[in-house]
Amino acid sequence: MENKFGKVKSLDAAMEYINDGCTIMIAGFGGHGSPYDLCQGIIDKNIKDLTIISIDAGDPDLGPDHIIGNRQCKKLITSHIGATKAAGELLNAGELEVEFCSQGTLAERIRAGGVGIGGVLTDVGMGTMIEYDKPKIQVEGKEYLLETPLKADVAIIEAEVADEYGNLIYKGTDRGLNPLMARAADITIVGAKKIVPVGELDPELVITPGAFVDIIVEERGDWTWPWA
Amino acid sequence: MGIKEMMAKRAAEEIKNGNVVNLGFGIPQKVINYIPEEMTVFVHAENGILGAGPAAEAGKEDPTVVDSGCVAITAVPGASFFDSADSFGLIRSGKLDITILGALEVAENGDLANWMVPGGKIPGMGGAMDLAKKSARVVVITTQMDKKGNSKLKEKCEFPLTADKCVSLIITDMGVIEVNEDGYLLTELFEGHTAEEVIAGTDAHLNVAENLRVIRYEEQ
Repeated sequence: MENKFGKVKSLDAAMEYINDGCTIMIAGFGGHGSPYDLCQGIIDKNIKDLTIISIDAGDPDLGPDHIIGNRQCKKLITSHIGATKAAGELLNAGELEVEFCSQGTLAERIRAGGVGIGGVLTDVGMGTMIEYDKPKIQVEGKEYLLETPLKADVAIIEAEVADEYGNLIYKGTDRGLNPLMARAADITIVGAKKIVPVGELDPELVITPGAFVDIIVEERGDWTWPWA
Repeated sequence: MGIKEMMAKRAAEEIKNGNVVNLGFGIPQKVINYIPEEMTVFVHAENGILGAGPAAEAGKEDPTVVDSGCVAITAVPGASFFDSADSFGLIRSGKLDITILGALEVAENGDLANWMVPGGKIPGMGGAMDLAKKSARVVVITTQMDKKGNSKLKEKCEFPLTADKCVSLIITDMGVIEVNEDGYLLTELFEGHTAEEVIAGTDAHLNVAENLRVIRYEEQ
């Protein structure tokens, strides 16, 4: 392949963009849709003091919880950590800061960050403890909470197929937050199960336009679910 | 039929042909087994599928088709996949007709607490706040009493709320209780239970409807 946009890189080259102290979005729902090689790369490089934004803590062996368990994360912004162990244990031990955000609101905050708008107004969470000191705004007689946009230094996401320009297609329920995170970071790194030359993807089927994607790494594909 | 199955079957009566539904963990997941075959119902899972089907057969699991509990499922004809913004957009915009979920506590004004116990582990709310607050209708399936023997049906919730004033119907292991402007209204009893028992098992005033339905399900 020509690699005429220079976006297709080795895992090692991609890892140069993820450094200590950065804010990183990690795609995936319970690990489904998480880029395995890139998550493993973060562990192998032992990057420290990460702020991770993810829908949940992933799977114990894939995604945020694996990285958190390796003591590489100082703050997690997420909706759920109940399916894994490390995040909850470190939260209880006072070694991890966790900001819980309702899942749909988290998606909208990431969407807002990715599409360049200044916030989200929602009534989800009103009347509950997650109101905190969030500003309330009245629109047409109805009151909403102001939720702020989320952006990251780096997003790592999985795609089923990428072309060399970074046009992406996802598969099934792996899609999740992936297209939203792809837009919301300064550098978006895709772990693609398959990379094809430009022109091979039907433009009608592209979900994430290549302009949002900076780096494409071919997933080795050696991750398998225990039951798959 | 065990009581859990009866609760699920009763909850299925709340679902209408063509409805879009979301089913929480536990007994709510069993509701799908009691939807009549002639009805078309689209099950929504908040990770991004409308048209979730039964669990995949062993050996045929596809890790890219899972439900919100990360169980490998199938997709029914007419199913669609979408991202999380669309998934929760569907909920917030009122297109989700009914959410059936479990509860730690319900209050007589319809407040729901089901995401955390103070002093316990904090799992996070996941999508529960969005579902409870924004579904067109929220039906709770829960035991009347908690494991310590305290009623889960309160005047006010003591646990942190998932959403305020959202529950419209509660199906317990004793009967069916509507949540109205006047508070709780017992409308149905599972066979073998009495209104007095439900009154005693409710930590708030319980109105009792005239002509209580007694629910009997034949073994299937």
